[in-house]
Amino acid sequence: MIAGRIFTFWTMIGLFLIVGLALQRAKVRAPWIRRIPGLEAVEEAVGRATEMGRPVFYSPGGGDITDADAIQSMAGIEVLSHVARLTSKYNTGLICGVRQANLYAVADETVRQVYTEEGKLDEYKPEMVRFLSPEQFAYAAGCIGIMHREKVGAAILVGFFQAEALMLAEAATQGGAITIGGTTRMYQLPFFVAACDYCLIGEEIFTAGAYLSKDPLKLGTVVAQDIGKIIALVAILVGAVLASAGSKWLPQLLGK
Amino acid sequence: MKRELPIGIAGLMSVIMLVEYFFNVPWLQNFAKDLRDWSTIVSAFALAFAAVNLTLLHTRNIAIKRSGWQYSIVMIACMFSFVVFGIFFGRTSAGFKFLWDAGLVPLSSAFYAMLVFQIATASYRAFRARNIDAALLLIAGVLVMLGKAPVGAAMWGGFVPITDWIMNVPNLAANRGIMIGAALGTVATGLRIMLGLDRAYLGRSE
Repeated sequence: MIAGRIFTFWTMIGLFLIVGLALQRAKVRAPWIRRIPGLEAVEEAVGRATEMGRPVFYSPGGGDITDADAIQSMAGIEVLSHVARLTSKYNTGLICGVRQANLYAVADETVRQVYTEEGKLDEYKPEMVRFLSPEQFAYAAGCIGIMHREKVGAAILVGFFQAEALMLAEAATQGGAITIGGTTRMYQLPFFVAACDYCLIGEEIFTAGAYLSKDPLKLGTVVAQDIGKIIALVAILVGAVLASAGSKWLPQLLGK
Repeated sequence: MKRELPIGIAGLMSVIMLVEYFFNVPWLQNFAKDLRDWSTIVSAFALAFAAVNLTLLHTRNIAIKRSGWQYSIVMIACMFSFVVFGIFFGRTSAGFKFLWDAGLVPLSSAFYAMLVFQIATASYRAFRARNIDAALLLIAGVLVMLGKAPVGAAMWGGFVPITDWIMNVPNLAANRGIMIGAALGTVATGLRIMLGLDRAYLGRSE
């Protein structure tokens, strides 16, 4: 095994076991997870856009699906899938602005497949998912232009965002749209909190797929996340006590 | 089969990449390198697919003279100028460098500079003390601004240690909590994708 990755390996094995146990338990009894206002608001946002006769704008962020931010992009695709299902049911317009070419292919296929499943393939249009630009600010300019021209009724921004986060949220708010933002990026979260009507903070974007689908197995993995957090909390407390006593055992263990 | 095969491939590739990360197995590392190369090739095709979408969308805008269709002409002209200069003259050619340095860079910088106005309007809304949370945000925001700006320290030296405490204690604690949650969420989501529980990328999440 590669030195420096031993502890990470066993932590991951431990997490996999916890997820496995949580999945077994979820098969017996569907787990309960707390209400997440940002995700509850997705249906409200699409509903409001429908009442206003305006389209919904969706951005899965600027991350790709081949790098370290892929999981955030995939979480964005999970939410896009749900939003597309709602827009197809309500016959509401959907515009998804994409920055990465790889993600464009996935987003386009996701929306097309959802419309097919809902029996609304005739209402699916290729311009629903638009590749704008891999350049950060060209992408932001493209999204803002779409929001203003199309007068969107709701803007849902979930995924990996950089400096464009505030630009998109502000443009949507100034256009009178209801805004929902979500990311795990620490630098962009304050911007979303300040500018959006609802905000998904950190791990909440990863629970979106499970929360919105109500699938007991998916919810089981969310419970496993919470168990992991409890273990992390205990490790922090133990580490604090050991560090106060002058022991370096825990940092050495983490570095193995 | 149409459903199980992509899930199986995604799961298998994920396991290979994980094993390659943790264990020093030369043939597996070579295979993982090949996988990364394939992803680069697939990305190139995806970019072509995306460029076709962009071209079709904007040519349609021009054809039906949709509102703002003139901008579509500019977009297509710019995109194909980059393509022509990049492919036929190279990225170091004078034409390509001119497009980059005199076009894209100043436009991006100007657009980034607009962020300051958006920060101002967003802060104004967020800092209105409508409830306890917003009031706390307002107080913390004002204290940190005074602590970070030279004028704050000139007014009263206490602003700097207060700012440091806010940034290093409550702010850092919240940051770490969110980061731990996000890291665990990343692992759980990765596992859901590996097990085929999250299938949104196949268009079948529910």
